[in-house]
Amino acid sequence: MATLELQNLQAEVAETGEEILRGVDLEVKNGEIHALMGPNGSGKSTTAKVIAGHPAYEVTDGSVTLTLSEADVADIDADVDEEDLTWNLLDLEPNERAALGIFLAFQYPAEIEGVTMVNFLRQALNAKLDEREELFEDEDEEAEAESEKDEGYETSPMEGPADDGDVGVAEFQQLLKEKMELLDMDKKFAERYLNAGFSGGEKKQNEVLQAAILEPSIAVLDEIDSGLDIDRLQDVSKGINALRDEQDTGILQITHYQRILDYVEPDYVHIMLDGKVVKSGGAELAEKLEDEGYDWVREEAYETA
Amino acid sequence: MSSEQDHLKETDTEDRFDFKKEEKSAFQTEKGLNEETIRAISEDKDEPEWMYERRLRALKQFQEMPMPTDWPGQPDLSEVDIDEIVPYIRPDVDVRAGVDDWTELPDEIKDTFDKLGIPEAEKNALSGVGAQYESEVVYQNMQERWEEKGVIFCNMDEAVREHEDIVREHFMTTCVPPSDNKFAALHGAVWSGGSFVYVPEDVTVEMPVQAYFRMNSEGMGQFEHTLIVAEEGSEVHYIEGCSAPKYSAFNLHSGGVEVFVGEDAHVQYSTVQNWSKNTYNLNTKRALVEKNGRMEWISGSMGSKATMLYPSSILKGRGASDNHITIAFAGEGQNIDTGAKVYHNAPNTKSTIESKSISKDGGRTNYRGLVHIADGAENSSTAVECDALMFDNESTSDTMPYMEINESKVDVAHEATVGKIGDEDVFYLQSRGLDDDDAKQMIVSGFIEPITEELPIEYAVELNRLVELEMEGSLG
Repeated sequence: MATLELQNLQAEVAETGEEILRGVDLEVKNGEIHALMGPNGSGKSTTAKVIAGHPAYEVTDGSVTLTLSEADVADIDADVDEEDLTWNLLDLEPNERAALGIFLAFQYPAEIEGVTMVNFLRQALNAKLDEREELFEDEDEEAEAESEKDEGYETSPMEGPADDGDVGVAEFQQLLKEKMELLDMDKKFAERYLNAGFSGGEKKQNEVLQAAILEPSIAVLDEIDSGLDIDRLQDVSKGINALRDEQDTGILQITHYQRILDYVEPDYVHIMLDGKVVKSGGAELAEKLEDEGYDWVREEAYETA
Repeated sequence: MSSEQDHLKETDTEDRFDFKKEEKSAFQTEKGLNEETIRAISEDKDEPEWMYERRLRALKQFQEMPMPTDWPGQPDLSEVDIDEIVPYIRPDVDVRAGVDDWTELPDEIKDTFDKLGIPEAEKNALSGVGAQYESEVVYQNMQERWEEKGVIFCNMDEAVREHEDIVREHFMTTCVPPSDNKFAALHGAVWSGGSFVYVPEDVTVEMPVQAYFRMNSEGMGQFEHTLIVAEEGSEVHYIEGCSAPKYSAFNLHSGGVEVFVGEDAHVQYSTVQNWSKNTYNLNTKRALVEKNGRMEWISGSMGSKATMLYPSSILKGRGASDNHITIAFAGEGQNIDTGAKVYHNAPNTKSTIESKSISKDGGRTNYRGLVHIADGAENSSTAVECDALMFDNESTSDTMPYMEINESKVDVAHEATVGKIGDEDVFYLQSRGLDDDDAKQMIVSGFIEPITEELPIEYAVELNRLVELEMEGSLG
């Protein structure tokens, strides 16, 4: 059971000092679906980026912690101490957070020319698995692992090694094929360059595919529904439900609209205003927003404040 | 790019490129350049009189021409002092007899090339391989089945003796005359070694022919000459790799490449060069392309203190075409000035230039290009695309395209992009589990992918590894 917890999280834009998050509290466990809603500029995307470790934001107060259970670290090939089950994510690099099981699906994913999906995904998966082992290794083991690494090839490097990493080429091809079938994705995707020339819908589908491959404990999906037609919305929603149902991933679904919640039914809905979560409830909260907008939330929030 | 290249992260370190061997030469000239040096080189090679005379003429032209100094953004060449260069070193191998059995080479030369992976590369789908150490080709091997078809692949010195007529006709006459520029003249005077490739009419050499040049001694100059003659309807892919270890004194590399592309012939010349950071790399490379012939230049320029290199094609015949793909990488203290030149001298000619550069830690890359379309070269087209990738605000990249269009019925396109390696791109990859270095490495290898995909796998791997080492700053 993995739990992501934000407590009184405050953050500003590193370059300008502009305050964005003014004390966000949230808790997401794996297997749950949370919707994070709010008007433009309320801090939803910033929350997502701060969780993942985006360098453009500086955290000024509060905490982001990830608590893992023993089951979550069953794959780790080392003794895991009790104290290693709780991580302060703010101390970690973005790739270390990814290794612990945090995934961020981007609203506007980067396009990387020249890097095929299949190469990227395999390298990402192997990097994640390696980093994961390293995070739980104590220093002696780390040194040992390093010395093993430094051996290099015995033959000329021009020959190239047979393979590297935990997941080999053939094994990965099979994994990718299965996940793409699950998401109804065209297999041509695998040989295309990462997001380059992808339509908006294809990019969103690709984000879900990556989550399916990397199997995070907690996936933060930043407006994954924006710019999708109804067919694609259904495809993407199917993928999100599969993450929860088959991988027990916890979902933090950031969205403006009720629309996606018709397909991805949230267990909890949180409303964000001016850098804070001001109201939380069940799925009915999203429906009320759809009917009545945010004004009533604003009134309620500032009356009580 | 294929998955075999994924392993680059776990390779050995820079020492593969940076090792040096104790000098063991059989003969070398004094430092500096004069008629006596020229005679010494020519005599040591037992050359015919006409070659000696060409050398002398080139020497005179070299002495008369000024150093290039006033090009905008030109690399500083003030340190290049020809009097401090040893122009010719013959290693201790009987080059006259020629070695075609690897095991006969002296150990230190074998070790050098072993480290560079040459014998392994030969095993991997090459139709022929040659290896040059200092000024001489020490090893040459051509697969028999190509020899039977009349393909010639040998070192230039042997070519002067064995294929005198072809060489005499083509060597620095119409393609790269010594009068072309100061360093072409220098090259004409002191050239040594290099490759000669001759492909008879209608013969297609399906596998690449490879040569590797290695400059091992301090303060030496390397002046190999490559002459490729592809007769009508023939096809060949020639690949060159070059490297030099790091010394405190500067080295000078001034190669010459001449390519004759016959009617309907197709030549691809690919090179991956990695010079030590104190090498001045000043070359002249040119192709003459006949009717419907096709020339392709693929080059990766790494290392060197300064590089000035603009492979050029003269499209002589109707329907001739040219394709350039170049990549340059400049780190701290480096100025890589490279680009392409194309002369459209006939109708229906076509050229494309794709130039990519990467600069970091204050490195400087320039794209310097010239496209000339002659009056009467109607229905010709050219497309130039320059992309620059920068790691930081200290690095610079300049694009200096120059177009001379003297014909109105033509299609001309130029496009340039400059980008800093994007924080968002890096963050995206990091959020997927790659660390900062690997993320940048992935972006760069994607950036250079148009080049790597054109190369045989060993070279693509090599190029990727060199880029990776450059990025770590671990190459000397």
